[in-house]
Amino acid sequence: MSETAHQSPHHIDVKEFHPRAQAAIHNPKIRQNFRKAMDGLMSKRKSAFEGWDLETLRDLGANIRLRALANLPDLLEQLEEKLTENGIKVHWALDSDEACRIVRDICVARDAKSVIKGKSMVSEEMELNHYLEGQGIEALESDLGEYIVQLAGETPSHIIMPAIHKNTGEISELMHEKTGTDLSHDVEYLTAAARQQLREKFMNADVGVSGVNFAVAETGTLCLVENEGNGRMTTTVPPCHIAVTGIEKVVPNLEDVTALMALLTRSATGQHITTYFNMISGPRKADEMDGPEEVHLVLVDNGRSSIYQDDELLDTLRCIRCGACMNHCPVYTRVGGHTYGTTYPGPIGKILMPHLIGLDEGRHLPTASSLCGACGEVCPVKIPIPDLLVRLRQESVDGDKLHPARVTGHGAKRGAMEAMIWKGWSWMHAHPGAYRFGTNMAARFRMLQPGQIGGWTQYRTAPKLAPKTLHEKLKERGQ
Amino acid sequence: MSSRETILQRLRNRSGGELTAPECDFSVLKRPDWSTAERVDLFEKTIESVHGEVHRCTEDNWIDRLSELLTTRGARNLLVPKEHEIGLKLRSEVERDDLPSLLIYDEPIESWQTALFNDVDASITSTRGGIAETGSLILWPTADEPRLMSLVPPIHVAVLFAREIYTTFHEAMLDQNWGAGMPTNALLVSGPSKTADIEQTLAYGVHGPKELIVLIIE
Ligand code: SF4
Repeated sequence: MSETAHQSPHHIDVKEFHPRAQAAIHNPKIRQNFRKAMDGLMSKRKSAFEGWDLETLRDLGANIRLRALANLPDLLEQLEEKLTENGIKVHWALDSDEACRIVRDICVARDAKSVIKGKSMVSEEMELNHYLEGQGIEALESDLGEYIVQLAGETPSHIIMPAIHKNTGEISELMHEKTGTDLSHDVEYLTAAARQQLREKFMNADVGVSGVNFAVAETGTLCLVENEGNGRMTTTVPPCHIAVTGIEKVVPNLEDVTALMALLTRSATGQHITTYFNMISGPRKADEMDGPEEVHLVLVDNGRSSIYQDDELLDTLRCIRCGACMNHCPVYTRVGGHTYGTTYPGPIGKILMPHLIGLDEGRHLPTASSLCGACGEVCPVKIPIPDLLVRLRQESVDGDKLHPARVTGHGAKRGAMEAMIWKGWSWMHAHPGAYRFGTNMAARFRMLQPGQIGGWTQYRTAPKLAPKTLHEKLKERGQ
Repeated sequence: MSSRETILQRLRNRSGGELTAPECDFSVLKRPDWSTAERVDLFEKTIESVHGEVHRCTEDNWIDRLSELLTTRGARNLLVPKEHEIGLKLRSEVERDDLPSLLIYDEPIESWQTALFNDVDASITSTRGGIAETGSLILWPTADEPRLMSLVPPIHVAVLFAREIYTTFHEAMLDQNWGAGMPTNALLVSGPSKTADIEQTLAYGVHGPKELIVLIIE
């Protein structure tokens, strides 16, 4: 494993959430760019569901995902069988490293030097670009947002709109500096320039890599949702197409896709549908004129089968990656996606990432929430995100005796001092004599009470003890 | 043990025990029965809202309309299917001098990729129907109408019969029985290629066609 295990190119310390959040809050550009975009996305989503029985549709979405998860192992086998029948080669990867190696081996077998990529969050999870580059294979993002982010040497800050943290001016300067386009605020011009730059790349790429939105077991079909057409280019022009997906993306029937699509695009960007809904069921046939000669699917586990073991956490796997929870999150809107330091930011990231990286690393994620409930309310497949946040918070401080060791690093936030205080507290409450003595003493010596109490007084004033205890007051009233 | 076996075994020996699959009731996707005229109207409205262009024609006048549309755009050539009646009909009118020169996609892409990407101005394809609710065209590329025909040229013209417009995706899929088997590639196309990746500003034709013209034959 060590031969190919690779390190994050960004060296972001996930634990440093707070300083990054502080910096983001004090950065007016970040706040403006996100606020503007998220406000727009929220109102678009709302109007896209007008005239729909949204609650019933969400129930259907949740049930479709649950049904798929209930039959997950069988469905994966059925999917593999159908895809194989259709001429698509299926690979299984336990973790990111194995998934990267599989992609590399396919590239090496074809003597491929350049890879063009459609948008795929699983490949971000795998840090595939970085890995391939280390192997001497060029990997270029073709989704405009991803292309911009890649030019900047950054990671996506949103799962649907990767470059949402940048405004037109910043993008113009970046493109000017990296690709030599003129400085311009004309979005049409910038887009046309990127089109020109990428067309050459599509024609010359040896391999196309894409993600998958839904994999249909019934027919062996890989569904891809996109607006730009870069996904179609990626999966059609190069002689070899490799799709990568998490194992949870499988659904039993094509019919399921109709409902999930209706929820996905409306929740994500408020569109009734995206420009292209691409359904791939095989490589080029002998009599066909275009399409890849070879199609592969890499099924990536990377911690998903462990989430699958727990009845509550399992709900995380329902996610269809629409990003609506981010768009509606008051914390995400203020600090932006990069603050989280994780592949998936925002509410879904906060419940998904602790499984992938453990609670030691991701200890602040479950607390980076106001628990206002907006994420749970908009989620098209009804993932109870706030409940899961509370569950993970609990695991991060008490070592969770009810669900032993489901998420690694549980108890990571439990301090020795805090543990001692709580222990003393519960002992006192179980011993009335000690309790009376304690509260009396505390009331007497209230002047000595500290003005700073850890995190509590960071944003609040410290509560003051009353000069008399409740017991004393009641006694005075003669009751 | 292979990764495949490890993953499947972990999923099968789930510590939480067996999961029950809930019933899925799709009736929320159903719409009332609409007339063809209503469906055409809704289709036109939805596809126009995403920058698609609709022209209502008849069997007799669609070629005239096509010729006008391509002339105003200064298209020098048009990629047509070789065997589909759309292509046959257009090619039988070669005498007309108001049509651009007609090209056929009858060679594997490798032999003419550069020309397709750089020199073809427009293409015309058939459709397998449309979807009114979302303003979508159903395309099943074939050997006669390959995948890149509807993607690479800057103008894509699609021919859609009014009687083949469904109300919803759900209805179209069940009626055409897609579950019985899918082609290598099938598509829903709803408007020209677009992006909003630069500060939410819409721009068209980012990788695919800049213009999508639908000729509805009534
Ligand atoms: S958790 Fe729900 S709202 Fe968030 S991305 Fe996933 S499906 Fe969308």
